Amino acid sequence: MMSNSLVDEREASTLYKHCCDIHKVPCVPDKLDDFIDTINAKLQLMFMQIRKGMSEVNGRQYYALVNMAETDITRMSSDYADNELELFRKTMDLIVSSENGKISSTDALNIADSLMTKRLKKSEAEQVLNRLVQDKWLNEKRGEFSLSTKCIIEMEPYIRRMYEDQVKLCHICHNIAFQSQICDSPTCGIKIHNPCVARYFKGRVEPRCPACDEFWPHEIPEVPRSISRR
Amino acid sequence: MSQRKRLSNTQGASQNKRRSDSLAEDDSEVPFTQPSSSQVQRGLARVSNAQVEQKAAEVVQYIMVKDQKKIPVRRADLVKHVIKDYRNIYPEIMKRVLQTFSQVFGLELVEIDTKAHVYILINKLEPHEALTTNQGSVNPKTGLLWVILSVIFMKRGAVKEGLIWNTLKKLRVDPGERHEVFGDVKKLVTDEFVRQRYLEYVRIPHTEPLECEFRWGQRAELEVSKPQILHFMGQLHEREPQSWSQQYRDAHPSLGAPGPSQPSRSQR
Repeated sequence: MMSNSLVDEREASTLYKHCCDIHKVPCVPDKLDDFIDTINAKLQLMFMQIRKGMSEVNGRQYYALVNMAETDITRMSSDYADNELELFRKTMDLIVSSENGKISSTDALNIADSLMTKRLKKSEAEQVLNRLVQDKWLNEKRGEFSLSTKCIIEMEPYIRRMYEDQVKLCHICHNIAFQSQICDSPTCGIKIHNPCVARYFKGRVEPRCPACDEFWPHEIPEVPRSISRR
Repeated sequence: MSQRKRLSNTQGASQNKRRSDSLAEDDSEVPFTQPSSSQVQRGLARVSNAQVEQKAAEVVQYIMVKDQKKIPVRRADLVKHVIKDYRNIYPEIMKRVLQTFSQVFGLELVEIDTKAHVYILINKLEPHEALTTNQGSVNPKTGLLWVILSVIFMKRGAVKEGLIWNTLKKLRVDPGERHEVFGDVKKLVTDEFVRQRYLEYVRIPHTEPLECEFRWGQRAELEVSKPQILHFMGQLHEREPQSWSQQYRDAHPSLGAPGPSQPSRSQR
Protein backbone atom coordinates (compact mmCIF):
# COMPACT_ATOMS: atom_id res chain seq x y z
CA MET A 1 0.00 0.00 0.00
CA MET A 2 2.89 2.36 0.65
CA SER A 3 4.18 2.04 -2.88
CA ASN A 4 0.80 1.97 -4.59
CA SER A 5 -1.30 4.27 -2.40
CA LEU A 6 -4.50 2.92 -3.98
CA VAL A 7 -5.57 -0.68 -4.54
CA ASP A 8 -8.91 -2.09 -5.57
CA GLU A 9 -10.84 -4.63 -3.56
CA ARG A 10 -9.54 -7.57 -5.55
CA GLU A 11 -5.91 -6.53 -5.11
CA ALA A 12 -6.53 -5.94 -1.41
CA SER A 13 -7.95 -9.46 -1.06
CA THR A 14 -4.95 -10.89 -2.89
CA LEU A 15 -2.61 -8.98 -0.59
CA TYR A 16 -4.52 -10.20 2.46
CA LYS A 17 -4.34 -13.80 1.28
CA HIS A 18 -0.62 -13.41 0.61
CA CYS A 19 -0.08 -12.14 4.17
CA CYS A 20 -2.02 -15.06 5.58
CA ASP A 21 -0.09 -17.54 3.45
CA ILE A 22 3.30 -16.17 4.43
CA HIS A 23 2.50 -16.41 8.11
CA LYS A 24 0.64 -19.69 7.73
CA VAL A 25 -2.58 -18.30 9.08
CA PRO A 26 -5.89 -19.50 7.60
CA CYS A 27 -7.37 -16.81 5.38
CA VAL A 28 -11.04 -15.91 5.78
CA PRO A 29 -11.92 -13.62 2.84
CA ASP A 30 -14.72 -11.85 4.71
CA LYS A 31 -12.29 -10.77 7.40
CA LEU A 32 -10.41 -8.36 5.13
CA ASP A 33 -11.96 -5.29 6.75
CA ASP A 34 -11.17 -6.61 10.23
CA PHE A 35 -7.60 -7.11 9.10
CA ILE A 36 -7.47 -3.53 7.92
CA ASP A 37 -9.00 -2.30 11.18
CA THR A 38 -6.12 -3.95 13.05
CA ILE A 39 -3.60 -2.24 10.82
CA ASN A 40 -5.38 1.07 11.26
CA ALA A 41 -5.20 0.78 15.03
CA LYS A 42 -1.41 0.73 14.71
CA LEU A 43 -1.29 3.47 12.09
CA GLN A 44 -3.45 5.89 14.03
CA LEU A 45 -0.61 7.28 16.16
CA MET A 46 1.24 8.25 13.01
CA PHE A 47 -1.83 9.95 11.57
CA MET A 48 -2.17 7.41 8.80
CA GLN A 49 -5.17 5.30 7.89
CA ILE A 50 -6.26 2.88 5.22
CA ARG A 51 -9.62 4.17 4.05
CA LYS A 52 -12.18 2.67 1.73
CA GLY A 53 -14.07 4.45 -1.03
CA MET A 54 -15.99 3.83 -4.22
CA SER A 55 -14.85 4.79 -7.68
CA GLU A 56 -17.35 7.13 -9.29
CA VAL A 57 -16.48 5.58 -12.63
CA ASN A 58 -16.67 1.83 -12.16
CA GLY A 59 -18.40 1.57 -8.81
CA ARG A 60 -15.71 -0.68 -7.39
CA GLN A 61 -14.41 -0.32 -3.87
CA TYR A 62 -10.87 0.92 -3.41
CA TYR A 63 -8.52 1.12 -0.44
CA ALA A 64 -6.20 4.09 -0.04
CA LEU A 65 -3.41 4.78 2.43
CA VAL A 66 -4.21 8.25 3.62
CA ASN A 67 -2.37 10.93 5.57
CA MET A 68 -4.74 12.14 8.26
CA ALA A 69 -2.48 14.87 9.66
CA GLU A 70 -2.99 17.29 6.81
CA THR A 71 -6.40 18.85 6.76
CA ASP A 72 -5.72 20.86 3.66
CA ILE A 73 -4.25 20.55 0.19
CA THR A 74 -0.90 21.26 1.83
CA ARG A 75 -0.46 17.48 1.99
CA MET A 76 0.77 17.86 -1.58
CA SER A 77 3.06 20.79 -0.81
CA SER A 78 6.22 18.74 -0.98
CA ASP A 79 5.50 17.81 -4.58
CA TYR A 80 3.91 20.96 -5.98
CA ALA A 81 4.79 24.65 -5.99
CA ASP A 82 2.41 27.23 -4.54
CA ASN A 83 0.99 28.33 -7.85
CA GLU A 84 0.59 24.72 -8.94
CA LEU A 85 -1.39 24.01 -5.78
CA GLU A 86 -3.51 27.06 -6.50
CA LEU A 87 -4.21 25.67 -9.97
CA PHE A 88 -5.28 22.39 -8.39
CA ARG A 89 -7.49 24.14 -5.84
CA LYS A 90 -9.21 26.16 -8.54
CA THR A 91 -9.63 23.07 -10.71
CA MET A 92 -11.27 21.38 -7.78
CA ASP A 93 -13.52 24.44 -7.29
CA LEU A 94 -14.72 24.10 -10.88
CA ILE A 95 -15.26 20.38 -10.65
CA VAL A 96 -17.21 20.63 -7.41
CA SER A 97 -19.54 23.26 -8.82
CA SER A 98 -20.00 21.39 -12.10
CA GLU A 99 -23.16 19.48 -12.88
CA ASN A 100 -21.69 16.05 -13.30
CA GLY A 101 -18.24 16.27 -11.75
CA LYS A 102 -16.39 16.88 -15.02
CA ILE A 103 -14.81 19.97 -16.55
CA SER A 104 -13.32 20.49 -19.98
CA SER A 105 -9.56 20.76 -20.32
CA THR A 106 -10.09 24.22 -21.84
CA ASP A 107 -11.78 25.43 -18.69
CA ALA A 108 -9.02 23.93 -16.58
CA LEU A 109 -6.30 25.57 -18.67
CA ASN A 110 -8.02 28.94 -18.50
CA ILE A 111 -7.50 28.92 -14.74
CA ALA A 112 -3.86 29.67 -15.49
CA ASP A 113 -4.84 33.22 -16.37
CA SER A 114 -6.47 33.98 -13.05
CA LEU A 115 -3.86 32.71 -10.61
CA MET A 116 -3.10 35.04 -7.69
CA THR A 117 0.28 33.49 -6.93
CA LYS A 118 2.91 33.29 -9.62
CA ARG A 119 1.45 33.21 -13.14
CA LEU A 120 1.54 30.05 -15.23
CA LYS A 121 1.74 29.88 -19.00
CA LYS A 122 -0.88 27.71 -20.64
CA SER A 123 1.80 25.19 -21.61
CA GLU A 124 3.06 25.08 -18.03
CA ALA A 125 -0.49 24.66 -16.73
CA GLU A 126 -0.92 21.75 -19.11
CA GLN A 127 2.21 20.15 -17.64
CA VAL A 128 0.94 20.61 -14.12
CA LEU A 129 -2.42 19.08 -14.99
CA ASN A 130 -0.64 16.13 -16.60
CA ARG A 131 1.40 15.65 -13.45
CA LEU A 132 -1.74 15.79 -11.34
CA VAL A 133 -3.18 13.02 -13.50
CA GLN A 134 0.03 11.00 -13.26
CA ASP A 135 0.11 11.39 -9.50
CA LYS A 136 -3.49 10.22 -9.49
CA TRP A 137 -5.13 13.33 -8.05
CA LEU A 138 -7.17 13.92 -11.21
CA ASN A 139 -8.66 11.65 -13.85
CA GLU A 140 -8.58 12.65 -17.48
CA LYS A 141 -10.88 11.11 -20.05
CA ARG A 142 -11.70 12.39 -23.50
CA GLY A 143 -10.47 15.88 -22.71
CA GLU A 144 -12.37 16.16 -19.45
CA PHE A 145 -10.99 16.28 -15.93
CA SER A 146 -12.61 14.81 -12.85
CA LEU A 147 -11.51 14.09 -9.29
CA SER A 148 -9.84 10.71 -8.95
CA THR A 149 -10.94 8.04 -6.50
CA LYS A 150 -7.74 8.57 -4.52
CA CYS A 151 -8.41 12.30 -4.36
CA ILE A 152 -11.95 11.84 -3.10
CA ILE A 153 -10.97 9.25 -0.49
CA GLU A 154 -7.99 11.23 0.75
CA MET A 155 -9.51 14.69 0.66
CA GLU A 156 -13.01 13.83 1.80
CA PRO A 157 -12.81 15.74 5.11
CA TYR A 158 -11.26 18.72 3.32
CA ILE A 159 -13.90 18.66 0.59
CA ARG A 160 -16.78 18.37 3.04
CA ARG A 161 -15.39 21.32 4.99
CA MET A 162 -14.36 23.59 2.11
CA TYR A 163 -17.40 23.06 -0.05
CA GLU A 164 -19.96 22.48 2.67
CA ASP A 165 -22.73 24.32 0.88
CA GLN A 166 -22.05 23.00 -2.59
CA VAL A 167 -21.33 19.35 -1.98
CA LYS A 168 -24.19 16.89 -2.15
CA LEU A 169 -24.24 13.32 -0.96
CA CYS A 170 -25.40 10.41 -3.04
CA HIS A 171 -28.93 9.50 -2.04
CA ILE A 172 -28.14 5.79 -2.26
CA CYS A 173 -24.72 5.35 -0.65
CA HIS A 174 -24.51 8.65 1.27
CA ASN A 175 -20.98 9.50 0.18
CA ILE A 176 -20.02 12.74 -1.55
CA ALA A 177 -21.07 12.63 -5.17
CA PHE A 178 -19.56 14.34 -8.20
CA GLN A 179 -19.92 12.13 -11.27
CA SER A 180 -23.60 11.62 -10.81
CA GLN A 181 -27.12 12.18 -12.06
CA ILE A 182 -29.55 14.66 -10.56
CA CYS A 183 -33.31 14.37 -10.20
CA ASP A 184 -34.93 16.87 -12.56
CA SER A 185 -37.82 17.69 -10.28
CA PRO A 186 -37.13 21.25 -9.02
CA THR A 187 -38.26 20.55 -5.46
CA CYS A 188 -36.21 17.38 -5.24
CA GLY A 189 -32.82 17.60 -6.91
CA ILE A 190 -31.26 14.58 -5.20
CA LYS A 191 -27.97 13.26 -6.59
CA ILE A 192 -27.07 9.65 -7.27
CA HIS A 193 -23.61 8.39 -8.34
CA ASN A 194 -23.53 6.97 -11.87
CA PRO A 195 -22.62 3.46 -10.64
CA CYS A 196 -25.24 3.74 -7.86
CA VAL A 197 -27.83 4.68 -10.51
CA ALA A 198 -26.86 1.60 -12.52
CA ARG A 199 -27.27 -0.69 -9.53
CA TYR A 200 -30.39 0.89 -8.10
CA PHE A 201 -32.36 1.06 -11.32
CA LYS A 202 -31.14 -2.22 -12.76
CA GLY A 203 -33.86 -4.10 -14.51
CA ARG A 204 -36.55 -1.51 -13.77
CA VAL A 205 -38.84 -0.75 -16.68
CA GLU A 206 -39.88 2.63 -15.38
CA PRO A 207 -37.16 4.21 -13.25
CA ARG A 208 -38.52 6.58 -10.62
CA CYS A 209 -36.72 8.89 -8.21
CA PRO A 210 -36.44 7.16 -4.84
CA ALA A 211 -37.09 10.45 -3.05
CA CYS A 212 -39.93 12.13 -4.95
CA ASP A 213 -41.20 9.32 -7.20
CA GLU A 214 -40.98 11.46 -10.35
CA PHE A 215 -39.87 9.74 -13.53
CA TRP A 216 -36.07 9.48 -13.64
CA PRO A 217 -35.27 11.10 -17.00
CA HIS A 218 -31.62 10.17 -17.46
CA GLU A 219 -30.12 7.27 -19.35
CA ILE A 220 -29.49 4.43 -16.94
CA PRO A 221 -25.88 3.24 -17.30
CA GLU A 222 -24.98 -0.44 -17.41
CA VAL A 223 -23.95 -2.04 -14.14
CA PRO A 224 -20.13 -2.06 -14.28
CA ARG A 225 -18.82 -5.60 -14.55
CA SER A 226 -17.45 -6.51 -11.15
CA ILE A 227 -15.21 -9.44 -10.48
CA SER A 228 -17.07 -10.98 -7.58
CA ARG A 229 -15.33 -13.62 -5.55
CA ARG A 230 -17.93 -14.85 -3.15
CA MET B 1 17.96 34.31 10.87
CA SER B 2 16.38 37.54 9.68
CA GLN B 3 15.27 38.26 13.23
CA ARG B 4 18.88 38.39 14.38
CA LYS B 5 19.66 40.88 11.65
CA ARG B 6 16.85 43.20 12.63
CA LEU B 7 17.92 43.14 16.28
CA SER B 8 21.49 44.01 15.46
CA ASN B 9 20.33 47.20 13.77
CA THR B 10 18.92 48.69 16.99
CA GLN B 11 21.06 49.67 19.97
CA GLY B 12 21.58 49.01 23.64
CA ALA B 13 19.30 46.53 25.31
CA SER B 14 18.85 44.68 22.08
CA GLN B 15 22.54 43.77 22.25
CA ASN B 16 21.91 41.71 25.37
CA LYS B 17 18.87 40.13 23.84
CA ARG B 18 20.88 39.16 20.81
CA ARG B 19 23.49 37.50 22.96
CA SER B 20 20.95 35.50 24.88
CA ASP B 21 19.23 34.66 21.59
CA SER B 22 22.41 33.29 20.15
CA LEU B 23 23.06 31.41 23.39
CA ALA B 24 19.65 29.78 23.09
CA GLU B 25 20.45 28.85 19.52
CA ASP B 26 23.85 27.45 20.53
CA ASP B 27 22.25 25.34 23.22
CA SER B 28 20.45 23.22 20.71
CA GLU B 29 23.62 22.93 18.70
CA VAL B 30 25.43 21.25 21.58
CA PRO B 31 26.37 17.86 20.23
CA PHE B 32 24.04 15.18 21.50
CA THR B 33 25.51 12.41 23.59
CA GLN B 34 23.62 9.28 24.52
CA PRO B 35 22.16 9.52 28.03
CA SER B 36 23.19 6.84 30.53
CA SER B 37 20.68 4.15 31.44
CA SER B 38 20.15 5.68 34.87
CA GLN B 39 19.41 9.04 33.26
CA VAL B 40 16.92 7.31 31.01
CA GLN B 41 15.24 5.63 33.98
CA ARG B 42 14.91 8.94 35.77
CA GLY B 43 13.61 10.58 32.62
CA LEU B 44 11.02 7.87 32.05
CA ALA B 45 9.70 8.27 35.58
CA ARG B 46 8.79 11.86 34.75
CA VAL B 47 6.74 11.25 31.62
CA SER B 48 3.63 9.23 30.86
CA ASN B 49 3.69 6.25 28.55
CA ALA B 50 1.33 8.09 26.22
CA GLN B 51 3.82 10.94 25.88
CA VAL B 52 6.61 8.54 24.99
CA GLU B 53 4.37 6.78 22.44
CA GLN B 54 3.46 10.13 20.92
CA LYS B 55 7.11 11.20 20.60
CA ALA B 56 8.02 7.88 19.03
CA ALA B 57 5.18 8.34 16.51
CA GLU B 58 6.47 11.83 15.67
CA VAL B 59 9.94 10.42 15.06
CA VAL B 60 8.48 7.73 12.81
CA GLN B 61 6.61 10.37 10.81
CA TYR B 62 9.67 12.60 10.53
CA ILE B 63 11.87 9.78 9.29
CA MET B 64 9.25 8.60 6.80
CA VAL B 65 8.89 12.04 5.29
CA LYS B 66 12.65 12.39 4.93
CA ASP B 67 12.92 8.90 3.51
CA GLN B 68 10.32 9.66 0.86
CA LYS B 69 12.96 11.79 -0.81
CA LYS B 70 15.58 9.19 0.09
CA ILE B 71 17.45 11.73 2.21
CA PRO B 72 19.41 10.09 5.03
CA VAL B 73 18.35 11.24 8.50
CA ARG B 74 20.91 12.76 10.84
CA ARG B 75 20.55 12.00 14.53
CA ALA B 76 21.38 15.62 15.34
CA ASP B 77 18.44 16.85 13.27
CA LEU B 78 16.16 14.26 14.81
CA VAL B 79 17.05 15.42 18.30
CA LYS B 80 16.84 19.10 17.45
CA HIS B 81 13.56 19.07 15.55
CA VAL B 82 11.57 16.21 17.02
CA ILE B 83 12.95 14.77 20.25
CA LYS B 84 13.75 18.20 21.75
CA ASP B 85 13.07 18.16 25.51
CA TYR B 86 12.77 14.40 25.57
CA ARG B 87 16.42 13.88 24.72
CA ASN B 88 17.13 12.26 28.07
CA ILE B 89 14.93 9.32 27.12
CA TYR B 90 16.20 9.16 23.56
CA PRO B 91 17.18 5.46 23.73
CA GLU B 92 13.70 4.46 24.90
CA ILE B 93 12.04 6.50 22.16
CA MET B 94 14.30 4.99 19.51
CA LYS B 95 13.64 1.50 20.82
CA ARG B 96 9.93 2.03 20.14
CA VAL B 97 10.64 3.68 16.81
CA LEU B 98 12.61 0.68 15.62
CA GLN B 99 9.85 -1.61 16.86
CA THR B 100 7.19 0.34 15.00
CA PHE B 101 9.18 0.39 11.78
CA SER B 102 9.77 -3.32 12.03
CA GLN B 103 6.33 -4.50 13.15
CA VAL B 104 4.03 -2.04 11.42
CA PHE B 105 5.93 -1.29 8.21
CA GLY B 106 8.43 -4.09 7.75
CA LEU B 107 11.21 -1.53 7.50
CA GLU B 108 14.59 -1.41 9.17
CA LEU B 109 16.34 1.76 10.29
CA VAL B 110 20.02 1.27 9.54
CA GLU B 111 22.90 3.46 10.66
CA ILE B 112 25.06 4.01 7.62
CA ASP B 113 27.48 6.38 9.31
CA THR B 114 28.37 5.48 12.87
CA LYS B 115 30.43 8.60 13.43
CA ALA B 116 27.97 11.18 12.22
CA HIS B 117 25.00 8.98 13.19
CA VAL B 118 23.13 8.98 9.92
CA TYR B 119 20.24 6.62 9.24
CA ILE B 120 18.32 5.29 6.27
CA LEU B 121 15.22 3.14 6.02
CA ILE B 122 15.40 -0.09 4.10
CA ASN B 123 12.75 -2.56 3.11
CA LYS B 124 12.91 -5.83 4.99
CA LEU B 125 10.05 -7.55 3.20
CA GLU B 126 10.35 -9.84 0.22
CA PRO B 127 8.64 -8.36 -2.85
CA HIS B 128 5.42 -10.07 -3.87
CA GLU B 129 5.72 -11.68 -7.31
CA ALA B 130 2.11 -11.35 -8.43
CA LEU B 131 1.87 -7.73 -7.40
CA THR B 132 5.09 -6.23 -8.69
CA THR B 133 4.13 -7.13 -12.23
CA ASN B 134 1.03 -4.99 -11.84
CA GLN B 135 2.97 -1.81 -11.20
CA GLY B 136 1.47 1.06 -13.10
CA SER B 137 4.50 3.10 -13.94
CA VAL B 138 8.08 2.28 -13.04
CA ASN B 139 10.19 5.27 -12.17
CA PRO B 140 12.65 5.75 -15.06
CA LYS B 141 15.31 6.90 -12.60
CA THR B 142 15.22 3.43 -11.08
CA GLY B 143 15.97 1.90 -14.46
CA LEU B 144 18.86 4.25 -15.02
CA LEU B 145 20.27 3.56 -11.59
CA TRP B 146 19.93 -0.19 -12.13
CA VAL B 147 22.00 0.04 -15.32
CA ILE B 148 24.73 1.98 -13.55
CA LEU B 149 24.78 -0.39 -10.57
CA SER B 150 24.98 -3.35 -12.92
CA VAL B 151 27.99 -1.95 -14.75
CA ILE B 152 29.78 -1.23 -11.48
CA PHE B 153 29.00 -4.69 -10.16
CA MET B 154 30.22 -6.47 -13.28
CA LYS B 155 33.42 -4.47 -13.04
CA ARG B 156 33.89 -5.84 -9.51
CA GLY B 157 33.01 -2.70 -7.55
CA ALA B 158 34.62 0.40 -9.05
CA VAL B 159 34.30 2.00 -12.46
CA LYS B 160 35.96 5.04 -14.00
CA GLU B 161 33.31 7.65 -14.68
CA GLY B 162 34.17 7.64 -18.38
CA LEU B 163 32.84 4.12 -18.75
CA ILE B 164 29.53 5.04 -17.14
CA TRP B 165 29.09 8.08 -19.39
CA ASN B 166 29.88 5.97 -22.46
CA THR B 167 27.45 3.27 -21.44
CA LEU B 168 24.70 5.83 -20.93
CA LYS B 169 25.48 7.48 -24.25
CA LYS B 170 24.97 4.15 -25.97
CA LEU B 171 21.53 4.10 -24.36
CA ARG B 172 20.88 7.57 -25.78
CA VAL B 173 21.27 9.19 -22.37
CA ASP B 174 23.98 11.76 -22.98
CA PRO B 175 25.37 13.46 -19.88
CA GLY B 176 26.42 16.36 -22.07
CA GLU B 177 22.89 17.13 -23.22
CA ARG B 178 19.65 17.86 -21.45
CA HIS B 179 17.60 14.66 -21.46
CA GLU B 180 13.88 14.65 -22.10
CA VAL B 181 13.09 12.53 -19.05
CA PHE B 182 16.12 12.91 -16.77
CA GLY B 183 16.99 16.53 -17.37
CA ASP B 184 20.53 17.21 -16.22
CA VAL B 185 21.86 13.65 -16.39
CA LYS B 186 25.24 14.41 -14.86
CA LYS B 187 23.59 16.11 -11.90
CA LEU B 188 21.18 13.23 -11.42
CA VAL B 189 23.97 10.68 -11.36
CA THR B 190 26.72 12.53 -9.51
CA ASP B 191 24.54 14.55 -7.14
CA GLU B 192 21.08 13.09 -6.56
CA PHE B 193 22.04 9.40 -6.63
CA VAL B 194 25.07 10.13 -4.45
CA ARG B 195 23.07 12.14 -1.91
CA GLN B 196 20.58 9.31 -1.73
CA ARG B 197 23.54 7.01 -1.03
CA TYR B 198 22.88 4.80 -4.04
CA LEU B 199 26.25 5.70 -5.56
CA GLU B 200 29.62 6.90 -4.42
CA TYR B 201 31.50 9.31 -6.64
CA VAL B 202 35.12 9.52 -5.52
CA ARG B 203 38.24 11.13 -6.87
CA ILE B 204 40.91 8.84 -8.21
CA PRO B 205 44.12 10.12 -6.61
CA HIS B 206 47.00 11.30 -8.78
CA THR B 207 44.93 11.64 -11.93
CA GLU B 208 45.64 14.55 -14.21
CA PRO B 209 43.18 15.80 -15.37
CA LEU B 210 41.04 14.91 -12.36
CA GLU B 211 39.12 11.68 -12.86
CA CYS B 212 36.49 10.17 -10.62
CA GLU B 213 35.15 6.70 -10.19
CA PHE B 214 31.77 5.31 -9.26
CA ARG B 215 31.09 2.70 -6.64
CA TRP B 216 27.96 1.31 -5.02
CA GLY B 217 26.69 3.54 -2.20
CA GLN B 218 25.64 2.29 1.21
CA ARG B 219 21.96 2.30 0.35
CA ALA B 220 22.58 0.20 -2.74
CA GLU B 221 24.62 -2.28 -0.67
CA LEU B 222 21.69 -2.66 1.71
CA GLU B 223 18.77 -2.51 -0.69
CA VAL B 224 19.88 -3.99 -3.99
CA SER B 225 20.21 -7.71 -4.45
CA LYS B 226 23.46 -8.66 -6.15
CA PRO B 227 22.15 -12.06 -7.21
CA GLN B 228 19.29 -10.23 -8.90
CA ILE B 229 21.67 -7.99 -10.81
CA LEU B 230 23.62 -11.01 -11.98
CA HIS B 231 20.39 -12.74 -12.95
CA PHE B 232 19.40 -9.66 -14.99
CA MET B 233 22.82 -9.70 -16.69
CA GLY B 234 22.38 -13.37 -17.46
CA GLN B 235 19.07 -12.69 -19.18
CA LEU B 236 20.52 -9.75 -21.08
CA HIS B 237 23.50 -11.68 -22.42
CA GLU B 238 21.79 -15.07 -22.52
CA ARG B 239 24.38 -16.61 -20.24
CA GLU B 240 24.17 -18.47 -16.99
CA PRO B 241 24.94 -16.24 -13.98
CA GLN B 242 27.51 -18.80 -12.86
CA SER B 243 29.47 -18.27 -16.06
CA TRP B 244 30.78 -15.10 -14.47
CA SER B 245 32.59 -16.95 -11.72
CA GLN B 246 34.13 -13.98 -9.92
CA GLN B 247 30.97 -11.90 -10.00
CA TYR B 248 28.98 -14.94 -8.94
CA ARG B 249 31.12 -15.26 -5.84
CA ASP B 250 30.77 -11.50 -5.21
CA ALA B 251 27.01 -12.00 -5.30
CA HIS B 252 27.02 -15.06 -3.06
CA PRO B 253 29.49 -14.31 -0.27
CA SER B 254 28.49 -17.40 1.68
CA LEU B 255 30.09 -19.52 -0.99
CA GLY B 256 33.43 -18.10 0.09
CA ALA B 257 36.40 -17.28 -2.11
CA PRO B 258 39.45 -19.55 -2.12
CA GLY B 259 41.78 -18.28 0.57
CA PRO B 260 41.09 -17.58 4.26
CA SER B 261 38.13 -19.75 5.26
CA GLN B 262 34.99 -17.97 6.32
CA PRO B 263 32.35 -19.18 8.75
CA SER B 264 29.35 -20.25 6.70
CA ARG B 265 26.52 -17.77 6.76
CA SER B 266 23.00 -18.68 5.77
CA GLN B 267 21.92 -17.11 2.53
CA ARG B 268 19.27 -14.45 2.84
